[in-house]
Amino acid sequence: MVVVGLDRLQAGEVNVIKIELNGEPYEAEAGLTISALLVDLGLADKRVAVEYNLEILPKSEHPQTELRAADRVEIVHAIGGG
Amino acid sequence: MTEQRQDSPLVIAGTTYSSRLLVGTGKYKDLDETREAIETSGAEIVTVAVRRTNIGQNPDEPNLLDVISPDKYTILPNTAGCFNAKDAVRTCKLARELMDGHDLVKLEVLADQKTLFPHVTETLKAARELIDDGFKVMVYTSDDPVIAKELEDMGCVAVMPLGSLIGSGLGIRNPYNLMLILENARVPILVDAGVGTASDAAIAMELGCDAILMNTAIAAAGNPVLMASAMKKAVEAGREAYLAGRMPRKLYASASSPIDGTIV
Repeated sequence: MVVVGLDRLQAGEVNVIKIELNGEPYEAEAGLTISALLVDLGLADKRVAVEYNLEILPKSEHPQTELRAADRVEIVHAIGGG
Repeated sequence: MTEQRQDSPLVIAGTTYSSRLLVGTGKYKDLDETREAIETSGAEIVTVAVRRTNIGQNPDEPNLLDVISPDKYTILPNTAGCFNAKDAVRTCKLARELMDGHDLVKLEVLADQKTLFPHVTETLKAARELIDDGFKVMVYTSDDPVIAKELEDMGCVAVMPLGSLIGSGLGIRNPYNLMLILENARVPILVDAGVGTASDAAIAMELGCDAILMNTAIAAAGNPVLMASAMKKAVEAGREAYLAGRMPRKLYASASSPIDGTIV
């Protein structure tokens, strides 16, 4: 499990929620936007696509989409394949 | 004398391609080898898989699409690893978002891990849904002429029967089924899967296939870059032989040198 903004979480300054990210449990700050999540993951300038609760989330909606408890997020990219 | 055939360009979903070899990007040693083999193959359409990013791992690893640029190649995302229509459709939607709206996809819905044989009924279901959603679908299927026709009639932009199982390298196991598919086709027919070496590619092209899609035959060769070169030539040779029209097969010999004027 990966924790975002560890120092702030430890200080108890933020409300932590549990989501599912790429099929794994993940803890994030409530209200974190998808854009901010991608920054945290080092994927902000990468060619990725996001599915949010089983719906495609267009890039244009990343900045205003905020994480809520039990959200299911998939982040995919292209890899080698036939 | 056999009649020669008229050449016609390979057109897929309204775009004309000069190379009749499509290649995958899986199973290579590294991205350098991938790039070199694909450049050597002369392919213009290149397949990729869509997978979850590795959360928590180094995000600075080189990306496949930095090496195989969508500016240079037509990227064909596949649905490999999908065993039902629902997952395949989800994957295609993610691929379209990933490729900034580019909607050409390779649909493959597989039946089981051991054979990776096409799951035909799920394939038909997924193809219908994707076409209705505006996708241009190149579809991997069995070499059943009835199903191939159904997929074409449904609106798939290319139908891609197997030569033999994915990654098996067993070549073109049922040329007569391919001939039946080719006879009635109005969209490009590509052999997808089964090619093991250059002669297999030539055989498929001599039958009249419009193009060939391959991955393992190149990537798993002892020297993938050299095999990419061989495949490029085999596809071109097979196409030219198809257009030229092969001589009829005969049971008995027919002398190449004239009989008249021999000294015996």
